[in-house]
Amino acid sequence: MVCVRGLKSLLNEEITVIKKDEGTAPGWRLGVRDAFGIPVAILAAGFIGYGSLAEEYGLSIAHSVFASVAIWALPGQLILIEMHSIGAAAIAIVLASTLSGARFLPMSMSLLPLIRDPRYGNATVYFAAQLISMIGWTMAMRRCPDLRSEERIPYLIGFQLTCIGTAAASVVAGHLLAGALPPLVRLGLVFLAPVYFLMILIGDLRTRLAAIAVICGAVAGPLLYVVNPQWSVVAAGIIGGTAAYLIQRKHGRRA
Amino acid sequence: MEGALELWLVTAACALGHYLWRGLGVALSGRIALNSELFNWVACVAYAMIAGLVMRIMIFPVGLLAQSEVVDRLVACMLALAVFYACRRNLLVSVSAGVTVLMLASWARTLG
Repeated sequence: MVCVRGLKSLLNEEITVIKKDEGTAPGWRLGVRDAFGIPVAILAAGFIGYGSLAEEYGLSIAHSVFASVAIWALPGQLILIEMHSIGAAAIAIVLASTLSGARFLPMSMSLLPLIRDPRYGNATVYFAAQLISMIGWTMAMRRCPDLRSEERIPYLIGFQLTCIGTAAASVVAGHLLAGALPPLVRLGLVFLAPVYFLMILIGDLRTRLAAIAVICGAVAGPLLYVVNPQWSVVAAGIIGGTAAYLIQRKHGRRA
Repeated sequence: MEGALELWLVTAACALGHYLWRGLGVALSGRIALNSELFNWVACVAYAMIAGLVMRIMIFPVGLLAQSEVVDRLVACMLALAVFYACRRNLLVSVSAGVTVLMLASWARTLG
C-alpha cells in the first residue's frame, strides 16, 4: 500500500544486482545481503528522524528502541509520540496507532501463502508475521517466487532482522545527534520525520481511493486539531477516511 | 514516574494492536478476499489518519519545529515533492532536499 510503488522502483536495481547468488547461498544470508543497501538507507533516514523527534519530546532512548522493535511501524510510532506530546488520552493514542497499522492485515494475508512451507511450524510463521514491514513485504513479494520454498521464511527473517537492527541503531543515533548538534541542524532533524512521511504518502499513491483518502485526511487533520487536539488524529482518520470512501463509491457508481 | 510508566504501557498496547493485524493476516490468509469493502474503508481511515497527522505537524507543530515559519515548512515540502518527481521518485534525495531547504530558510531569517 503506502510507499510500495516508489520502493519497487528503488529496489528493482538491488534485485538485479544480487540475482546471481540464487540457489547457492542459504535464504537467511540472501535476506541479510538484500537488506544492506537501499532498504537499510531508507530505514536509517526514517528512524534517525524518529529518534531526533523523540529526543526533542524528552523521551528516553530505551523507550524509542522498545517502541521501534515492538511496534515496528513508523507511522504508528509517530502517532504515539505526537499524541503523547500533546497529552492525549491513552485510549485515543492506542486506538489511533492501532488503526494506522491496518495495512499489515492485507500485507501479511498476501505474503503468507507465498512463504508458508510445511517444514516451519505455526510459531515460526507467527514470529515472521511480527517482523513484516513495508520494505520487507515489498522485497519478499518480489524475491520469494525465485527462491526454493524452504528458503523463503529464512529469507524474510534474515532480511527483517537486519532491518530491525538498523532501525534500533538509527533511533539511538537520532537521539544522540539531536542532543549534540546546534539548534539549526536539530530543526532539520526534527523536520525529517514529517517530510519523510509526506513523501511516502503523496509520492506513492497507487489508487484513486488512496489519493482521495489522503486529501480528505490532510484537510480534516489540522481543522479537527483546532476543535479538539486530543482526538483529532482518530477523528481525522474516521471522518476523512469515511468521507473518502463515500466519495469514491458515489463516483464509482455514476461512472 | 507514573507518567513514564503509563507511556510504556501505552506503547506496549500499541505494539499489541499492531500485532493484531499481522497475526490476523496470518490466520485469515487464504480464507477471505483481500478486496472486501470493509477493508477498503479501513485502508481509507488509515491513509486519512496519517495524512491528517502529517499536515497537522506541518501547520501546527509542537516544540522545536514551532520555532520555524509555517511558510518555510510548506515551501520546503513543495520543493521536496518537486525533487521527488524530478529524481525518479528518489525518497532519500527528496527528503534531504526538504530538510536542507527548511534549515536554509530558517538560517536566512536569522540574518535579516
